[in-house]
Amino acid sequence: MAERKVTVAAEVGLHARPAATFVQTAVKAPMDITVTKGVGGTPVNGKSILQILGLDVRQGEDIVIRAEGEGADEVLDQLAAIAGTP
Amino acid sequence: MNLRGAGVSPGIGMGAAYVLTGAVPEPVAGSTYEGPPEPERERAVAALRQVAGELEACGNRAGGEAKEILKAQALIAEDPGLVVGVKALIDEGIAAPRAVYQAFAKYRDMLASAGGYLGERVADLDDIRDRVIARLTGHPLPAPPPDLGTGEPYVLIAIDLAPADTALLSKDVVAAFVTEGGGPTSHTAILSRAMGVPAVVACPGATEIPPGTRVLVDGNTGEVRLEPTESDVARHVSANDARRQRMTTGGPGRTRDGYLVQLLANIGGPGDLDGALAAGAEGVGLYRTEFLFLGRPEAPSVAEQEQAYRAALAAFPGGKVVVRTLDAGADKPLAFLPPAAPEPNPALGERGLRLFEKFPKVMDAQLEALSVAAAVDRAGAVRAGTAAAELQVMAPMVATAQEAKWFADACHTRGLPQAGVMIEIPAAALRAESLVTVVDFVSIGTNDLSQYTFAADRQSGALGSLQDPWQPALLDLVAMTATAAADNGKPCGVCGESAADPAMACVLVGLGVTTLSMGAAALPAVRTGLGAHTLDQCQLAAQAARGASTAAHARAAARSHLPGLVPLGV
Repeated sequence: MAERKVTVAAEVGLHARPAATFVQTAVKAPMDITVTKGVGGTPVNGKSILQILGLDVRQGEDIVIRAEGEGADEVLDQLAAIAGTP
Repeated sequence: MNLRGAGVSPGIGMGAAYVLTGAVPEPVAGSTYEGPPEPERERAVAALRQVAGELEACGNRAGGEAKEILKAQALIAEDPGLVVGVKALIDEGIAAPRAVYQAFAKYRDMLASAGGYLGERVADLDDIRDRVIARLTGHPLPAPPPDLGTGEPYVLIAIDLAPADTALLSKDVVAAFVTEGGGPTSHTAILSRAMGVPAVVACPGATEIPPGTRVLVDGNTGEVRLEPTESDVARHVSANDARRQRMTTGGPGRTRDGYLVQLLANIGGPGDLDGALAAGAEGVGLYRTEFLFLGRPEAPSVAEQEQAYRAALAAFPGGKVVVRTLDAGADKPLAFLPPAAPEPNPALGERGLRLFEKFPKVMDAQLEALSVAAAVDRAGAVRAGTAAAELQVMAPMVATAQEAKWFADACHTRGLPQAGVMIEIPAAALRAESLVTVVDFVSIGTNDLSQYTFAADRQSGALGSLQDPWQPALLDLVAMTATAAADNGKPCGVCGESAADPAMACVLVGLGVTTLSMGAAALPAVRTGLGAHTLDQCQLAAQAARGASTAAHARAAARSHLPGLVPLGV
C-alpha cells in the first residue's frame, strides 16, 4: 500500500473546485483510493465527492491518500499535486 | 408592502415577479416495486447518470463559474457511495424513487449538521435528488422561463434556486433573484454576483408575492419592495450610485470626528475568515463555536478545537477575536450533553452557560483549547516579530452576576485574562452594573435580548414588529448596559443583527457601545455610515430614538439626526 501525506493548500480547502478536480482524477484510476483527514482518521472513498466534502478539509490541514496496485505511485503523485496546489 | 432579506449581490433590479413553484414531492415512505430488483436498479442508475449528463451539459453551455459548479454537481449525481446506497435500498424492496430519496438523505444530514459552507450545499443536494426523482416518476421539473412575453427581464423568486436553474439565465432575462432560503455562500449568491444580477436571499415570505407584481430588489440593503412608487425607485437607484462611489472597505471604524469604534465580523467557523478580511473587519466580534460540536457523537478533542480557534487568531494579528463558548440547548441537542428532561420551551431551557454548569468537562476542554490556541499564537507572533491577536472569551445565556463570576473565574484560572459574558437576558441588562464588575467585557446579543424582553419568539414571523431592534424598550436595555460598562471602564460590544443596520450602528455608538460586530457583508455600509457622522450626532440620534414611543418613530427620529445616511442610500 502506497501513500502520500499532503497539506491542502487551496484557500477553499478540499471543497468546490479542488474537490471536484481531485475526484475527477481519482475516478479515472483503476484501483481503490482512500483519503484520511489528519493521522488516524477514518478513511473515505477518494472517488466519492460527497465523502470528500464530508471530510471538511480546510486550508492547511493534512490528508493522507492511499492506493495499492500497479500505477498507484503515479496516481498518488497526481492526487497529491492537486491537493497541494494553492 | 416590503420584505427584507440579506443582500448578497449588489445593485438594483426591477421587474415583474415570477415565482418558481412546484417542488417535486417526496416519494411515499415504504413504497415498493413489482418484479425482480435488476430492472429497478438499472432504472435508478440510468436516471442518476442522465441527470449527471444534463448537469454537465448545462454547465458547458453556461461556461465560466457555472461550468465548474455544475461539473461538481454532476459528480455528486454519479457518486459511487450514493449509487451503492441506492442499489442496496432497492435490493431491500424499496422502489427506485424512494431509494434515491433515502440514499440522498444520509449525505444531506451529514452536510446539514456541519452547518456553514457545507450546510449551504444541502440545497444543491436536494436539487440533484429532485431531478433524479422527477426523471423516475415523470413529475415535471419547475424551470425558470426564458422570458415572460413582456420583453423585459423579470424578478425570479423561489424557495431556493439550484445552479442548474440559474446557470443559463443572464442579465437580459432576469432583473434580480429573491430566495427564501440560502446564505452568502449559496450558489444563488455566487452565480448572481458572477452574472452581475442583484440578489436577496434569506427573505421570508418572498414566494407569497403575487406573480406579475412589479418588484424592486435592492441587493445592497436586502430590501424587496412591491409595487414601488417612482420616488422609491429614484431613491434606491441614486442610493446605489452614491453607495458605489462612496463605500469604504478599509481602515478602522471611526466617526467623522475620529472617535474609534472597532468594526468586527461575526463568524461561524474558519471558512468565514476570508470574507471577514475582505470586508475590512478589524477582528472577530462573535466567533460561534457550535460548528465544532454539532452532529458529533462526542465532544471534539482539545487539539481539533485549538486548530479552529488558532485560525481566527492568525487571521487578525494585533486584532481582537471574541470567541463565544458553546451555545447549545434542547433545540440543538448534542449526544454528549443530554438534556435532563424534554423541554417544551427550549429557548428558556438548559442552554448556553447553564449546560456548562452541568457538564463542566466540556467547558474545561473548550477553555483549555482556547488557552493553548492563544499561547501558540503568541509564540508564533514573537517568532515572526508581529503582534499576537487579543483573544477574548465570552459565555452565552448568562442571567446573574453569580453565573458571570463563575465563568470569569474559570477563564482566569485557565490563563485566559479577557473573560466576558453576553448580555441577552433582560435580568443581565437590568443588573448590568453588578455583572460588569466581575467580568472584563460584555457583548450585547440584541436578537435574543429582544426575544426575551418582548416574550416574542425569534422564529415567529407574525411577531416581527415586537422583534424590531428599534423598539425603545430594547434601546433602554442597551443604554443601561453600555452606561454600566462605561462607568466601570469595561468595553461593551453589540454582536446582534442590529449592528448591521448603519443607522442603528450610529445609535448604538451614541448609546455608549464601544465595538460593533456583524455579518461581514454589512461592514462597508456601517463603516461608511459611521464615518459620515460625529459622535455628537450619534448621541443626539440615540437620545431622539429613546425619546420616541414606537419603533417606527424611534427609527425616524434617529435618522433625522443622521443626515449623512441619505446620500449613502442606507
